[in-house]
Amino acid sequence: MRALHHKLWRDLAQLRGQVLAIALVMVGGIGMMVMALTNYDALSTTRALYYGEYRFAEVFAQTKRAPLALLEAVRAVPGVREAEARVVAAVNLEVAGYDEPVTGQLVSLPGPGDPGLNRLFMRVGRLPVADDEVVIGEAFAEAHRLAPGSRLTAVINGRRQALTVSGIGLSPEFIYQIRPGDLVPDFARFGVLWMARESLARAFDLDGAFNDLALTLTRDAREEDVIDALDALLAPYGGVGAHGRELQLSHRFLDEELAGLRVMTRMFTVIFLGVSAFLLNVVIGRLVSAQREQIAVLKAFGYSRWDVSVHYGQLVLSMVSVGIVPGLALGAWMGQGLARLYMTFYRFPFLEWSLPPWVFAAACGFALGAAALGTVGGLARVFRLSPAEAMRPEAPPVFRRTLTEWLGFGALVDPAARMILRNLERRPLRSLLSVVGIGLGVGILVMARFQAGAIDYMMGVQFGFAQRDDLMVSFTEPASARAAQELAALPGVLAVEPFRNAAVELRHGHREYRTALQGLPAEGGLRRVLDRELVPIAPPREGLLLTDYLAELLAVRPGDVLEVAFLEGHRRTVAVPVVGVVSEYVGVGAYAERGYVNRLLGEGEALSGAWLAIEPEARSALLRLLRERPRVGAVTDRLAMMESFSETLAQNVLTFTLISTLMATSIAIGVVYNTARITLAERGRELASLRVLGYTRNEVRALLMGELATLSVAALLPGFALGVGMAALLVHGFQSDLYRIPLVFTPGGFALAGLVVLAATVVSALLVRRRLDGLDLVAVLKTKE
Amino acid sequence: MTNRNLAPIDESAPMFRARGLTKVYRMGEVEVHALRGVDLDLYAGEFVVLLGASGSGKSTLLNILGGLDAPTSGEVESGGHVLSGADEEALTRFRREAVGFVFQFYNLIPSLTARENVALVTEIAQAPMRPDEALALVGLGDRLDHFPAQLSGGEQQRVAIARAIAKRPAVLLCDEPTGALDSTTGVRVLQALERINAETGALTVVITHNAVIAQMADRVIRLSDGHIVGIERNAARVPATELAW
Repeated sequence: MRALHHKLWRDLAQLRGQVLAIALVMVGGIGMMVMALTNYDALSTTRALYYGEYRFAEVFAQTKRAPLALLEAVRAVPGVREAEARVVAAVNLEVAGYDEPVTGQLVSLPGPGDPGLNRLFMRVGRLPVADDEVVIGEAFAEAHRLAPGSRLTAVINGRRQALTVSGIGLSPEFIYQIRPGDLVPDFARFGVLWMARESLARAFDLDGAFNDLALTLTRDAREEDVIDALDALLAPYGGVGAHGRELQLSHRFLDEELAGLRVMTRMFTVIFLGVSAFLLNVVIGRLVSAQREQIAVLKAFGYSRWDVSVHYGQLVLSMVSVGIVPGLALGAWMGQGLARLYMTFYRFPFLEWSLPPWVFAAACGFALGAAALGTVGGLARVFRLSPAEAMRPEAPPVFRRTLTEWLGFGALVDPAARMILRNLERRPLRSLLSVVGIGLGVGILVMARFQAGAIDYMMGVQFGFAQRDDLMVSFTEPASARAAQELAALPGVLAVEPFRNAAVELRHGHREYRTALQGLPAEGGLRRVLDRELVPIAPPREGLLLTDYLAELLAVRPGDVLEVAFLEGHRRTVAVPVVGVVSEYVGVGAYAERGYVNRLLGEGEALSGAWLAIEPEARSALLRLLRERPRVGAVTDRLAMMESFSETLAQNVLTFTLISTLMATSIAIGVVYNTARITLAERGRELASLRVLGYTRNEVRALLMGELATLSVAALLPGFALGVGMAALLVHGFQSDLYRIPLVFTPGGFALAGLVVLAATVVSALLVRRRLDGLDLVAVLKTKE
Repeated sequence: MTNRNLAPIDESAPMFRARGLTKVYRMGEVEVHALRGVDLDLYAGEFVVLLGASGSGKSTLLNILGGLDAPTSGEVESGGHVLSGADEEALTRFRREAVGFVFQFYNLIPSLTARENVALVTEIAQAPMRPDEALALVGLGDRLDHFPAQLSGGEQQRVAIARAIAKRPAVLLCDEPTGALDSTTGVRVLQALERINAETGALTVVITHNAVIAQMADRVIRLSDGHIVGIERNAARVPATELAW
C-alpha cells in the first residue's frame, strides 16, 4: 500500500468520532431516502402490474337502474374498448359474534360474456357458484377470521339473507378498502363482497338491468369525451356521473400516498443532504487548516496539486462512503417495515418490495452530492495552497468587538461570555449554519409532533364540534317525515335530526365538482358546520354553504352564483347563490337548509336519513332494532369511527414520531458533536492556556459548553420556525379534497422538540468532555502554533 | 573530514543563479517585504550556510530556490530551467526531481511511520534509495516503524533528512534544521547533513541564525532585512563534530 494510503487510513481513524457523527446523519438521510424511494417504487410498480394483470377499469359510472340493452349503446361510444355492466350495492352485514354495525359493498362478478374487468385475485377458495355464495375481501376476512365455508348474513333490500363464503379474494378496484366518506379504513366494519351477477341482480330487483359500469378505453380515446357521452346516455336512467380513475376512491388514496412519499423523499433528502454537506464542510475545512503544513510538505516534495487534492478527495469519499451501506441497510429495514405497514392498508396480492440497483446508485449519489456540496471549497483550498505560504503559520484570526458589544450589552456579560460570543461571531457563517443545522433537527421534531397534534385537533373538531351524533342512519330510498318519527319512537333514542342528501354537480365557469349537497335541519345540534373560528353556522334559509377548499376549487366567493345540477330525482339544474364558506378538514361538501334542498329538488319533504342521539346503554339493542328495519340502509357509529380512527393513526403516528425523533437526534448530535470537536481542535491551545493561567477545569468546561449551549438555544426559535415551515409545506403537499391537515401546533410539540435537541447537546457535550479534561497542558504549550 | 575533492566547486556553471529577487507578501493585515533585491550564485556540491536573524528573508529565499514560492520580481534559474515565472506543474516537477527539503519543525506526517514518511517521497522519485537505506544513512536503521510521536526531536529531524535525501536530490535545502534541537542532538543532525553532502555530492543549503554552524560551510552568505550583506568563503571547513553552542 502506498504511503499516502497509510496516511489516509490513519487520518480516518483519527477522525473517527467526527466521521461517525457525519455517518450518523448520512445514514439517517440515506435511510429515509431509500425507505421512501423503495416504497414509492414498490407501490407504483406493483400497482401498475396489478392493474394490468387484473384489468383495472379506466372509467366508472353509476346509475340507478339501466337496462342491460343499453350496454350495446355504451360499447358503441367512440373510445370505449370494453364495457362491463355490474350491480353494486351497499348492504348491512351481520357477522356472528360481532355486535357492531357492519356495512358492506356487494359487487357483481363478470359473467361468461363479459370482458372480465376488475378481476379477482383469489387468495383461497373459489368463485361463487350457488346463489348464496360470496367471495369476501381479504382484509375483512382477516378482521373477522372468516374462511371459505364461513357464514354471514346480509340485509339486502330489507331481507335478511344468509351467505356462505366461497373464497377470499382481492381486487384492483379495492386495494384501499375504505367506506366512502371515511378517512381511514376500518376492516372490521366495512367489507367488500363479490357475488355472481345473476344472484345479486335478483336480490336487488335488477334482473336484466345494471347500476354500475366499468369501462376500458381505446388507446386514442379522450377520457373526457367518453365521460360526457356516458353521462348523456345514462342520465335518463339515474346516472350520477361517470368518472375516471382519478376519482376512484382506492386509486385516489394510493395516488395521495404516492404524492406524500414524493414530498417526503424530497424534503428529507434536501434536509439531510444539506446537514451532511455542512458537517463535511466544517470537518474538512478544519482538517485542511490543521494539515496545512502536511499539504505543504507533500507539495514541497514534488506531489502535484492534483496528487494532493486527490488524496484529500479520497479521504472525503472514504468518509462519506462509511454511511452508504449502513444507510442502505437502515433504509431496507425501514422500507420493509413501511411496506409491511402498507400491506395492512393497501391490499395487493403481493407487494414486490425490493432493493433495486438504482437505489444503491441513489445512495451513492447522495453521498457524492453531500461530498461535493460540502467539500469543494476545502478541496479547492488544498489545491490552491501554495507550499511556501503553508509553511508559514496562519495569520492570527482577526477579532473585533462583537455586535452585542457594539450594541452596548458588552458590560452586561462577563469575560467568559464575551469570549463565547466573540468566537461565535468571528465565524458568522459557520455559527449560522450550525444554528440552522441544529434548527433542522428541532424542525423535524416539531413537524413530527405537529402531525400527531394536528390529527388530534382534526379529531377534536370533527367529532367534538361538527359530528356530535351517536348514530347516523341512512335510508335506502328518500323517505317521508314518518320515517323520522318512527326512529324517534325507538327505545333509547333521545333526539332525531333528519337530513336530505343529493348527488350534485356544482359548476362555476369552466370549473365543476361532483359532491353531495347536504340538507341540514334548520335548527340542528347533532351535525353542525363551522366557520374558521369553529363557531357553528346555521344553514341559511336560501343559498349554499361550501367547504372553504371547495370554494377555492370552484373559485367562488360568498355572493357568487353556482350552477347546481342534481344528478338524481328530476335532474334539475338550478342557479343557487353561495352565501358562506365553512371550514372542514375531511372531505368537501355543500350545505343548505333541508327544506331548501327539497325545494330545489322539486320534491316534497323527503329525507335521506337522520342523525340520532341515543342513550349509551341502549346502543346494542338499538343497533339490533335498526338492522331489522327494511328502510334503514346503513348505520354509522360515531364512537366506532373515532375508535378505528385513533387506533389506525396511533400506530402510524407512533412509528413516524419514533423515526423522526431518531432522525432529528442524529442531526442534532451530528451537528453539536462536530461543533464541539472542531471548537476543541481549534481552541485547545487557548483553553489549555487558560488552565495554565489558573482557570479551573469547570471554568474551562463552561467556556466550551457555553458555546455549544449558546448555539443550541439560539437554534430553538429558528428551529421552531423551520418546523412550522416544513409542516406548512407538508400540509400543502398533502391537501386535497379528501382531507386537509390543519396547521395547528401545540406548545407540547415545541417543548418536546426543544428538549430532545437540548438533550442531544448535553450528550454531545459529555462525549467531548473527556477530551477537554484530558488536555495536556504542557504538551499543548510546547508544540508550535 | 573535509574532502573538497569529492565536492569540487564548479565556478563556471552555477547550479542556481538568482538576480534581483524581491518578495512581498501579505500576512493578515500586514505587508511583509521579505526580499529586497538579492543576487546569488550557488554551485553543485558545495555546502552553503545562509546566516541571518529571524525575519531577514532567508526562509523566503530558500523557498524560492526550492520552487515552493515565486518571487515578486527578479529571476532565478537552475540547471537551465527558469524557475521564476514557471507554472505550478513545472515547479512541481522540479521539486519532485531535484530538491530535498528539511524543515525546522521536521514536518513529518504524524500519521505515518518513519519508513512511510520516507516512502512518501521515494514512491514518486525516479531513482530513489530504499526507505530503510535512507534511514540507515542517518543512523535510524532500527527505528523504521516508529511514528513521529515515538521519536525524539533529533530522531525526527533525521527522519526528515532521510526523507529529503532518499530521492538523491541535486540540492538539499534545510531551513533551520537544528533550530528546535539542543546542541548535542543538533550536532548529530549536522553530521548527517555533512555526510550526505560528502557522499551524494548534493548542493546543501542550510539556513540558520546560529553563527557557529557557519563554520562547517564552504561558503557563508549573510542576509539582513532582505539584502545579502556579505558572502565569505571559509578557508577550511570545521567538521560538525567539533561544533558546539
